[in-house]
Amino acid sequence: MSDIMESDLTEEQARADVRAWLKANWDPELSLLEWRNKLVESGWGAPHYPKEWHGRGLPVKFNTPIDDEFAKVGAITVARAGIRTLAAATILDHGTDFHKQKFLRRILTGEDTWCQLFSEPGSGSDMAGAVTRADKKGNKWVINGQKVWTTSAHKAHWGLLLARANWDAVKHKGLAYFVLDMKQPGVQVHPLRQMNGHASFNQVFFTDAEVEPEMMICDVGDGWTVATTTLMHERRGADGLRTWAQASNRKGRIYEEEKAEIATTMEPYKWYPQRAGRVDLVMKRAKETGKIADPVVRQEIAKLLIMSKSAEWTARRARAAQNQGKPQGPEGSLGKLASSHVARQAARVHTYITGADALLSGADSPMEGVIAEILVSVPATSIAGGTDEIQRNIISERVLKMPKEPSVDTTKPFKDVPRNITAKA
Amino acid sequence: MRFSFTPEQDEFRTSLRRALEARSPTKEVRRLMATEQGFDREGWKKLNQEMGLTAVHIPEAYGGAGFGCGELGIVLEEMGRSLLCAPFFSTAVLAATAILNAGTEEQKKALLPKIASGDVTATFAFSEDSGLNDAASVATTAIASGGSYKLDGTKSFVLDGHTADLIVVLARKPGSKGEEGLSFFTVDGTAAGLERRLLKTMDETRKLARLTFKGVEAKLLGAEGKAAAPFAKTLQQVIVCLANEMVGGAERLREDALAYVQMRMQFGRALASFQTMKHKAADMLVDVELAKSAAYYAAAALDESDPEVPMLASLAKASASEAYLQTAIHAVQMHGGIGFTWDNDTHLWFKRAKSSEILFGDANQHRETMMQNWGAGT
Repeated sequence: MSDIMESDLTEEQARADVRAWLKANWDPELSLLEWRNKLVESGWGAPHYPKEWHGRGLPVKFNTPIDDEFAKVGAITVARAGIRTLAAATILDHGTDFHKQKFLRRILTGEDTWCQLFSEPGSGSDMAGAVTRADKKGNKWVINGQKVWTTSAHKAHWGLLLARANWDAVKHKGLAYFVLDMKQPGVQVHPLRQMNGHASFNQVFFTDAEVEPEMMICDVGDGWTVATTTLMHERRGADGLRTWAQASNRKGRIYEEEKAEIATTMEPYKWYPQRAGRVDLVMKRAKETGKIADPVVRQEIAKLLIMSKSAEWTARRARAAQNQGKPQGPEGSLGKLASSHVARQAARVHTYITGADALLSGADSPMEGVIAEILVSVPATSIAGGTDEIQRNIISERVLKMPKEPSVDTTKPFKDVPRNITAKA
Repeated sequence: MRFSFTPEQDEFRTSLRRALEARSPTKEVRRLMATEQGFDREGWKKLNQEMGLTAVHIPEAYGGAGFGCGELGIVLEEMGRSLLCAPFFSTAVLAATAILNAGTEEQKKALLPKIASGDVTATFAFSEDSGLNDAASVATTAIASGGSYKLDGTKSFVLDGHTADLIVVLARKPGSKGEEGLSFFTVDGTAAGLERRLLKTMDETRKLARLTFKGVEAKLLGAEGKAAAPFAKTLQQVIVCLANEMVGGAERLREDALAYVQMRMQFGRALASFQTMKHKAADMLVDVELAKSAAYYAAAALDESDPEVPMLASLAKASASEAYLQTAIHAVQMHGGIGFTWDNDTHLWFKRAKSSEILFGDANQHRETMMQNWGAGT
């Protein structure tokens, strides 16, 4: 080992190092777990993690070139999809050595699956208004209440739980953040059926579920701060939910195992392309149906394409400015709202193009139900991940510097704040 | 494709904005729009020469600065923002572009340096009483006579047509139809037989004239009977320029309306504290930024001679037409009753939004053109 600190590595050196390591170690006949254990031990699975926690202490910006080297030889990476990456990021930021020891390795190897227990039936946009209770009884925390919109809860081993532990404190100061064992009698998971017929999410009910005291991340009262970290990583796309995992076509035992893992992980997201409106299908469909000749439909298609192209260029302007080191301009904050406009207009256009066939669903409808799925999935776009209304508040307050919404619930003990009656008392 | 401005371009924008804020406050806009000329010849000449504005995109070989549409777009965006009353669009965009696309080398050398230096104002007359912008609607005729031509007919909606020193005219061989037989000509603004009448316009900052030609002496510009292609190309460039001008105006309206609701108190609180205002302001930002992206992209595409320019130009114009007018409607609404008064400046941009929406084709027309160029021909 040279005496050069690894963090002083140049990108080229990092590439050369990982290439050499892959050459010596990559073997598609290993099992997925055997291979990922090697990745964890070498630090090449999560090179931006600290050296003492399965990483190499390299800058995050090296991840892309390192991934690139993996891709060149067809090497599989550590498990990244789903909530597990958010869990890892949160634990690295706020967890104790006990938490890091217990969880990080099995997150990277994919042995453990995670879920996020934040949203509640009574608090969606108002997430800090959570009313799931955490009461200290004897040496343990006892959890009662309900969470919702929980992806993969039925498969998860662990949950990131936001719960209220102090009702005398103000809203944001009474929350605690726990790692909850999902495989226990006090936790019941039920699928939540959506208007498009899929059940990608779950409702999770807690009846005297138990949490060991050492499974609390930070102190009571700091739960919201920790949750903010998780959400920040989610917005940055650290969870990889926005990238559509692609199984490799290569042959080998490990690829088969990975293919099965991807199929399971991505299953809840298979309708996500449809919720964005499937702009890519519009011209093809308009030509197939002959509606391309209808001047009114042509106008609506053009409106859609203008929105969609302009949104894409706006995102590229934001990236270009960022690459130039310019301060972030307003163009960086508009993508979410723009994508809602695009999705809505796309659903409108697909309806015009499809005509009476848009009355049908599933096998009776065009493209084996894809068009029908667009029409009933698009409403999710303007709600999930921050509603359009919340986006407008954020844009007006943070970008346009308009006054903040008056706050009527943050200056008194939370127990005195009017709130929804929970489904389960 | 470039997606951001260079530090030099940003600097150019900053100094131009500063100059225009000093030279074209709304008080000056109001003074000039009320005059028949619509601009101050000496003041414009001075500003133009100081900043090198009409020279920006004219190649160095013809006395210009040799910049691209990126820089020209910045000039237009800033002029749209300040509503500068000057024959810039008519001279530098309409006439210079037509000459660049159609003229022979010799003609470009003869005509463009005077435009670049600001000594000559010019315009391009193509629409007639129908107000259409297509080649087929041109009825004005040109008859060869000796070494030159005689023009007969009517041109209307001619930008700064009543003051331009030099007029580029689109006319056809008698008996020809459609895109056949069309040629560009140049006419002296003071030629005998040319009658120029200033039209009363809704947007007083944009002067339009009706020109009647009765045996007016004209010189052929470029190749005879071959004007259709350079005319189409000129129009594409013109609407990209207009789109850039429009997003500058839209942004100014948006900023002014925002500043107003931040300051205006009603029911004991700033108007800006009402969520209905916040959400409207957020939507306005989305509208304007998306239209800016389209306008910038089209300008970049022109600089790269992208084969998609015909589609992109119409996309940018359609986008700007909707965004500018929608922003103007919101801006008046956010000002309330004050926004409907003559004394408040909002109507100056509202009217510019309306005139720009229609000029050189409205959103419906450009959406259709865009579709035809997207491989969706019928």
